[in-house]
Amino acid sequence: MRDFYTNRKILLQGLILGSAIVFLLKLFYLQVIDEKNRELSKSNAIKEIVIYPTRGLIYDRNNELIVYNQNLFDILVTPNEVSDTINLPKLYNLLGIDSAYYFSQMKKAKRESKYKASVFIKQLPLEAYIKFKEHMQEFSGFEGQSRTIRFYPHRSGSLVLGDIGEIDSSQIKKFSDYNYLSGDYIGKNGIEKFYEEYLRGERGINSILVDALSRKKGSYANGKYDRDPIAGSDIITSLDIDLQAYGEELLQNKVGSVVAIEPNTGEILALVSSPTFDPNILTGRERGRNFNLLNTDKFKPLYNRAIQGLYAPGSTFKALAALTALKEGAIDTNFSYYCPGYYPIPGLRLRCSHRHPPALNVIQGLTHSCNPYFWQTFRNTIDLPRFGNIQKSYQVWYDDIVAFGLNQKLNIDIPNEKKGNVPSRDYFNRMYGNYWKSSTIISLGIGQGELLVTPLQLANSYCVIANKGYYLTPHLVKKIKINGKFEDNQKVLKKQLDIPEYFYSPIIDGLENVVNNGTAKASKIPDISLCGKTGTAQNPHGDEHSIFVGFAPKHRPKIVIVCIVENAGTGGSYAAPISSLMIEKYLNDTIAAKRKPLEKRMLEAVLLSDTSQIHHQLLKTTKQ
Amino acid sequence: MSSRLEKKGNIDWTTLMIYLVLVFIGWITVYSAGYHPEDPGIFNFKQTYGKQFVWMCFCTLMGVVIFNIDSKFFSSLAFVYYGISLVLLLLVYFTARDINGAKAWIDLGFFRLQPSEFCKFTTALALSKFLSELNITLENKKHLITTLFIILIPFALILLQHDMGSALVFTSFVFMMHRLGLSSWVIITGFYLIFLSVIALIVKPYLIIIGLFVVFGAVIYFNLKKRNFKQILNFFIFVWLASGVYVFSVDYIFNKLEKHQKDRINVMLGKGGNDWNIRQSRIALGSGQLLGKGFLKGTQSKGNFLPAKETDFIFCTIGEEWGFLGCFIVIGLYVILLYRIIALAEKQKLKFAKIYGYCIVGIIYFHFFINIGMTVGLVPVIGIPLPGVSYGGSSLISFTLLILVFLKFDSERNKY
Repeated sequence: MRDFYTNRKILLQGLILGSAIVFLLKLFYLQVIDEKNRELSKSNAIKEIVIYPTRGLIYDRNNELIVYNQNLFDILVTPNEVSDTINLPKLYNLLGIDSAYYFSQMKKAKRESKYKASVFIKQLPLEAYIKFKEHMQEFSGFEGQSRTIRFYPHRSGSLVLGDIGEIDSSQIKKFSDYNYLSGDYIGKNGIEKFYEEYLRGERGINSILVDALSRKKGSYANGKYDRDPIAGSDIITSLDIDLQAYGEELLQNKVGSVVAIEPNTGEILALVSSPTFDPNILTGRERGRNFNLLNTDKFKPLYNRAIQGLYAPGSTFKALAALTALKEGAIDTNFSYYCPGYYPIPGLRLRCSHRHPPALNVIQGLTHSCNPYFWQTFRNTIDLPRFGNIQKSYQVWYDDIVAFGLNQKLNIDIPNEKKGNVPSRDYFNRMYGNYWKSSTIISLGIGQGELLVTPLQLANSYCVIANKGYYLTPHLVKKIKINGKFEDNQKVLKKQLDIPEYFYSPIIDGLENVVNNGTAKASKIPDISLCGKTGTAQNPHGDEHSIFVGFAPKHRPKIVIVCIVENAGTGGSYAAPISSLMIEKYLNDTIAAKRKPLEKRMLEAVLLSDTSQIHHQLLKTTKQ
Repeated sequence: MSSRLEKKGNIDWTTLMIYLVLVFIGWITVYSAGYHPEDPGIFNFKQTYGKQFVWMCFCTLMGVVIFNIDSKFFSSLAFVYYGISLVLLLLVYFTARDINGAKAWIDLGFFRLQPSEFCKFTTALALSKFLSELNITLENKKHLITTLFIILIPFALILLQHDMGSALVFTSFVFMMHRLGLSSWVIITGFYLIFLSVIALIVKPYLIIIGLFVVFGAVIYFNLKKRNFKQILNFFIFVWLASGVYVFSVDYIFNKLEKHQKDRINVMLGKGGNDWNIRQSRIALGSGQLLGKGFLKGTQSKGNFLPAKETDFIFCTIGEEWGFLGCFIVIGLYVILLYRIIALAEKQKLKFAKIYGYCIVGIIYFHFFINIGMTVGLVPVIGIPLPGVSYGGSSLISFTLLILVFLKFDSERNKY
């Protein structure tokens, strides 16, 4: 083998020797010459202490403080520093524990590490901690560590505000840019979760020198590497906490939800899901136990019905169907239909649920909630000759309906929102082959069939009517404090529908008539022109759900409200009265004297079928 | 029987002994760094030091096997091993658990196999096999490209596992290629680019461009009268423009890096950032002083001060407990080991063995340079083990394989 490159071994030889010399020079400097470094490191080491920032506060729309932090203290123990002559009875007394607890915790701590501090008691209240601190020097090995927990003074809005809990390992990985440590708290639900990155703030770091026995020796490099914690951003929500609490009260002992939105801003005033619970039960030492109780509750209080519950909209859908028909020219405002009490399609038994005079126009159709009127309206829309075939016409109808915000997540700023359902053309093609007609799917015309909406979606769709043509992303957070200044929530978008404005007026007149003369007569509010629509959602699992959706006042509406009470019968029975009470409370601040009996009846009604396994009620006793 | 004795007689005991000393130093250092007061025995298999001993026994067994089988076992089947290791890498990519952000392990229950470690060995074999075939030279473009592919495939697969450190090791084959005739310009360009990158991260890009303009301008000025002036001019204009583009792209890419990577680079350049590891490492080394604190007496490199104290940062413990003297001895051992392998490689008559020798010199040098460099704070933190010394079965076995297989070839060099 001829080799022309024998000299080239010099390169590697040179690099090897060169780097060895450089390393040795650097090491010589670090280990022998550099006095400062040596002094610093002489039997000392640096320990980084994390200083937790205070979590951002949460206010309601009237600047009422609804979530703040409370100081509690964890007691830590370092097992090998605990002396053998410790005065155990005194310790038990100070901390309110017994010997069984002491020895089991010590065993746990030892298993963790004899040389490191581990938690001995979690979340001791301030008073108890102060008492203990006075005697702490007698108990070597024990130390206190401050911790804050959330406090919810109004004790309502649990699922909206959310809760915080110890981070789990999957989240640590997911949010690795913030370097969460195990044991850190993180938002688990609601606003606490959605706005975690604003609320959490920035952690501070203190580097201190410790000796080999981890005793403090002072700060490292005069605090050059220390960082102060930065408090989390405060948040102003759109909630009216009084309205929220009132809604929760009205729905007590019932299953259901209320959503109230300010239509021209998309701000959510109240988002009630019942049964609910005191948010404070998920903060303290009992969090794990209480969470399990809630989780196994038959009525699922952890399930946010306002954004996750799926219901057939029933008759409340008729207003949307009418607007769509008007827009496509399938009917005009004077479309009339004589209702004989049933709808004539051979082979189907389609009955009108109400006895009423004939509907001579769309206003009367809505007022009487006449089913045959809206079946005919639906067929007129789907069978419009200009579309040629049902594939095309159904797609137009579908697009018009979905434009109201149905069949999609509205991107509300709390997690777990559901998207509901409006059946697609393809769905019917799969279902019936290509042999389906307007009469096949006619139940869609009155809000039944495959239609499913969340209470939030229903409220949002009526915002379109209240605003005569648009809605804004429904949201819970109005402002976030960034760098000391409150800034508007940037994520609110306006969605304009292309239905001419003049079609809304007859619909709104019809909705007003519903309350004045129609199915919601009993819910009239003195001095307030309430417009709305009742509905009765078919429920395959039991009694029908009572639904009401409405807004007030008629001119420049300030509030759109949806109420759904499960298994409560017709819309006029519970949903409409509860909605009207909440509207009255919001607009007038008080309930008129003559409506007090109605309020009392609503507050006291108990509609829970089975009272076993209702843990949330047990937990309510913690509410003092 | 007599032939076997003869074979064993030819083992280069010096190299083997140096390596064994390093492994032994590693073991007692792992013991000291990972010392657990509740499990004080060095053979305690619950602790890292006990496990390391098991790997050492396994390596001894492996050595006996290597010296008793035909060396063709390694050279003839080189591509097969290479193929198997690539399959393992792919397997890792699809099945592995995520450890420290890198997906690099196959869990065998009793042992977490890290195929990227073995891939160094198999790639070295494959390269030696390919380049030692008749009529294969790096001057031939096609052969050069094939060579690059042999290196780049495992490189890319390891990079896919987010194991930057192990992937970078594959660049060390450039030394072997250079020795075989790869143009020196490649090496010069490489160093120039590293130099430019470092400067680009310290100084603003446009200042570098101006600076280079001045330097190159001066060079061109002094070459005004040269006959090939035009060529020189064109060359420097090209280099200047290319450097400009490169400097800006370094700036751009740096800003796209992940935060911890940026931090590590900034720390090395003395620009602050999260320098926890380096600070701890410096304090541990500094506290060792000239003669060290003595075996098991270190405080800095124990506890939770230093992450990876038994693996990537093991040199800290050596520095703390054995002082500058200990560091000097360990670095000295590596220098002697590497020089020795170069000398042996040069003596090989078999082209395969010679190329293989250069492959392993490159690999060991690269590990040595990066690992000790990061510990003393001259190189950004890149997690790769110190050959033979760091704790870890995969790494110990793979370095032992690398060296013993070379010594096996060396022991047979008089046969050819």
